[in-house]
Parts: sequence; C-alpha cells; structure tokens
Amino acid sequence: MEIYDGEFISELEGIAKKVRRDTIQMIYEAGSGHPGGSLSGTDILVALYFHIMKHDPKRPDWPDRDRFVLSKGHAAPALYSVLAEAGYFSTDELRSLRKLGSRLQGHPCMTKTPGVEMSTGSLGHGLAAGNGMALAAKLDRRLYRIYVLCGDGEMDVGETWEAAMLSSHYKLDNVTAYLDRNKLQLDGPTEKIMSLEPLADKWKAFGWHVMEINGHNMKEIIQATNEARGIKGKPTMIICHTIKGKGVSFMEGSVHFHGKAPNKQEYEQAMKELGG
Amino acid sequence: MVIHWKMESQRKQYGKTLVEIGKERKDLVVLDADLSSSTRTADFAEVYPERFFNVGIAEQNMMDTAAGLAASGKLVFASTFAVFGTGRCYDQIRQSIAYPKLNVKIVASHAGITVGGDGASHQIIEDIALMRVLPNMTVIVPVDAPETGKVVKAIAKLHGPVYVRIGRSDVPTITDEGTSFEINQAPVLREGKDVTLIGTGIMVSRCLEAAEELAKHGVDARVVNLHTIKPMDEKTIVRAARETGGVVTAEEHSVMMGMGSAVAMVLVENFHVPMKRVGIPDVFGESGACDELMDKYGLNVDSVVEAAHDVLRRKK
Repeated sequence: MEIYDGEFISELEGIAKKVRRDTIQMIYEAGSGHPGGSLSGTDILVALYFHIMKHDPKRPDWPDRDRFVLSKGHAAPALYSVLAEAGYFSTDELRSLRKLGSRLQGHPCMTKTPGVEMSTGSLGHGLAAGNGMALAAKLDRRLYRIYVLCGDGEMDVGETWEAAMLSSHYKLDNVTAYLDRNKLQLDGPTEKIMSLEPLADKWKAFGWHVMEINGHNMKEIIQATNEARGIKGKPTMIICHTIKGKGVSFMEGSVHFHGKAPNKQEYEQAMKELGG
Repeated sequence: MVIHWKMESQRKQYGKTLVEIGKERKDLVVLDADLSSSTRTADFAEVYPERFFNVGIAEQNMMDTAAGLAASGKLVFASTFAVFGTGRCYDQIRQSIAYPKLNVKIVASHAGITVGGDGASHQIIEDIALMRVLPNMTVIVPVDAPETGKVVKAIAKLHGPVYVRIGRSDVPTITDEGTSFEINQAPVLREGKDVTLIGTGIMVSRCLEAAEELAKHGVDARVVNLHTIKPMDEKTIVRAARETGGVVTAEEHSVMMGMGSAVAMVLVENFHVPMKRVGIPDVFGESGACDELMDKYGLNVDSVVEAAHDVLRRKK
C-alpha cells in the first residue's frame, strides 16, 4: 500500500515543513496572526490536501470535489499555505496576508480566496456549515465528503454541540471532523479555562464514531480517515493530539504565540529550526 | 371612517407559496427550528419531507447549516420566530450568510408587538434594525398575505441573503393577486399633495385609514407602501417629500433604527422636510391583546393622524 510507503510519508512531511515555513514567514511579514494554532493543525491540512481529499486546484468549483471547512479560522495562514502549495494560487501571493486589497484575509473568506469553502473566523460555526454541505451531498446523491478542522477552544461553543447532534441525527457519515487537540486556548490551558474532558466520551455520547490519534503522524491521520470512510450511518470525530506551535521549539506548548507574530530574532530562529 | 378589511394570514400564504415554489425548484431546501407548525414551513415539510430539515431549538445551528447548504448550490429558506431568527443567531447570519453573500432567505414570523400574549420576550421590535445594518442583506416587510406570496416568489429568484419579516396575527389585505410587486419599488397606494404617510407591514393599512380621516379635514395625504426597507426606493421617497413637503413614517417596530430612521437618513441627505416617526418608543412591549397593544404603544390610526397634523403644523 502506497500509504505505508516510507518515502511517500516523508514526502508529506516535507510539504508540512514547507507549509510551516510559509506560515511563519507570512505571519512575520504581516506583523500579526496566529502561529500556534496554525502549526498544530498543519499536518492534518497537508494530509487532507495532498493525499486524502479529492479536489482539483484548477477547478475550485468542481461539483464533486471534497469540501474542507476550517472551523478554527484563525489557522488561516496554514490553510493559505496549503492551498498555494496545492496550486490554487501562487505561493508568491502568500506574502500579501492581511495586507490591504489582499485576497488573503486575516480569516478565511470564501468570496475572495480560491479554494476556501466557507468564511470562518468566529468560532464554532464550521461544523454546522459542514453539515449543510453534507446534507446537500446526500440530497444530490453525490459522493463528495466533508472534512472539518475544529479547534479545542471551539468545544466551549454551544453551537459545536448543536451541530454535533445534527450530524448524528441526520446520519451524516460523509462528515469527518478533526479536533486539533493542542490543549491550549488564548487565555491558557483548555482544562483550566473550561474543562472539556472527557472529550472522546462526549462525542461518543453525541452519536459519533470517535478515534484518538497523534495529530502530527501522517500515517495515523491517513489511517484514521480511511477508517472514517468505512463507517456507515454516523459521522466520525478524529481527536488529534497535537502540540500548539509544533515545529518551532519556543512556540511549542506556548500560549504566548496563540495570536502573536514572531519578532525578527524569533522569526530567524524559527526558520532555521524549520530548515529554511 | 373605519375600513373593514379582509383579514388574512401571511404565514399561511408563506407555507402555501413554499410548496408552490418547491414544485419547480428542486434546489429549494427549507429549514426550521422546531416552530414549523407556527411558521407554516410544515406545509412544505408535508409535501417535500426529503427537502425539509428540522434542526431542533438551535437557531445558530440552523443558520450555519443553511449557509453550508447554500454554499453547495441550494436555495435555502430558514424560518423561525423573528425574535430567535435574528438576535439569537446574529453572529451566524453576519459571518456565514451576509459576509459570504450566500443564497439564504430568512423568513421570520411572529415579528413585532402583534405577537400579543407571549409578551416582550417574544415581541421583537428591533429586527429590522439588526438586519438592515448588515452589508449584502435585503430586508423586506410584506404588507399582507397576497404580497407575502409575491415576496417569497421574488426572493427565490434573487441571489443572495434576504430577511423577510411577517407577523403572527392575520393582517388587513390591501392588495390582491393582480397588484404588481417588485423588490425595491415602493408602490404609491394613494396620491396626495399635502403630506406623505409611509407605512411598512401592518401599519400600511393604518396609513390608508389615516388618509381617509385626514381627507375629512381637507388634508390630501399620499400613502406609500415601503415593503422593501433595504435597498430602499429612494426615488419614490424623495419625490414624495418634494411633492408633499412633509413625511410621516409608521412601523410596528422600535423607532430606533427601523424603517422610519432609514427614511429619515435618506431625506436628511436628499430633501429635508418636516417628519414624524410613528413606531414603538424605545421600550420593550408586554402581554396583551393585539389591538390593545397597538393602541397602548401608539400604533393606531389616531397616532398616524396626529403625526400628520404635527408635520403639517411644521410645514411652512
């Protein structure tokens, strides 16, 4: 099997490293943005766009494409970088992040950026929007799948659970959600701000098929997604244990870099660590 | 003079029209939040159960689900009571429907004080204000049942977000099947040269009655049905101000940032005339019978007549 091929996995890891460099560079040049949550979700995004999803960067409106919704919209830099690497637009454009007149808004905007499926940024909306797409797929008897990346801070939001009920009530087995469980939110550790555990039990109780994986392991991300594809009659939640700021030593596990751009010295060190 | 209006339900017309549209528009999907028997989306659900989704008491969820369906090419109508369909899910409407300009039609019933006995918790008097400040949002208040049907058909053909406000109670029927309707075209229901009475929704009938009353005193009042609050038919409004020299607005909504305020903004920048807004003052409502509430909060014919006299006094 291709996916167990070491070379293939290291190719994905190489892309992830490039995406992390782009992310740091974009945020550094923009002077603001959210590095921590972008870096924690990068491997999931890379696995999706470079292996899992059926999509065509030349035809962003292809009706049968799989859909991805970045519910944690503040991880936009990682999404933009992945979309650029995949060919939706030029990587040169990444430097325009957050600049006046740019197609790359601070948070994803579906009317401006090719490949962005839903405008997000206000937390807790993405899963419900994904459900809408999943209902449309079922109505149209199309086989496309919907992938949603949620942040763990979003588990505080009531609407997340409204949407969780809807997905299972309507048996939306075409929905696969990934929870970027980096255990930190803006004000501190998730368990200190608002206790979330036992999260897996909660999702199970809401009628979801639940898996827990290492969200930085490409093989695990791909295998779990393959398993999700085989589950009939219920949606799947893949709780991805991740590290906020993954890949940059001084950002790892740090709340400090939730929503702050690196300074020049930090930028240079980060790029060095990421092999840039 | 009391006009004896035929009273009809906008909600029934809404449900009936959805069923009609659903026959040709296979892309029509309807959502409701556990109020389908009241909003009458249940009529659609009965005929097209596969294209109806009840989301339970979860309006925020409903609006984002609607956005996802619209993003996948569906024409989506989402209904609930106006109090829950605007304020409770304002963020979802703003972020996921108005900002990306998605094809979602929010048709909200039980708006305003005519909800009656349920009281202030259910009587939203600020929904027009909330919706009209959203970029990309069209805001329509159908005057009666026949117009509700026309509005629903018209917005089904209009791409983009729309908010439609209808009431719980039966309302006076002032139009018929033959009356033409176009979004953004405010019909002049009665010509007049002394003062213009601009009404929206249920208050249009009060304006017509007020015009009859004013005629007895030799006042020739023009009456305009301003069904589309946004985008506004500024031409008709400004022309009325220019030709009659005074304007009264009347709405079953707070006078803060409702239709009257929108008209005032147009006039202040285009043609300044004495003006008076009839509407609910800056207070919450309360339980009571519809007519009692309309009287107590100044939403009756007398209030419009009085406002017209006030404007006339201030005219040079």
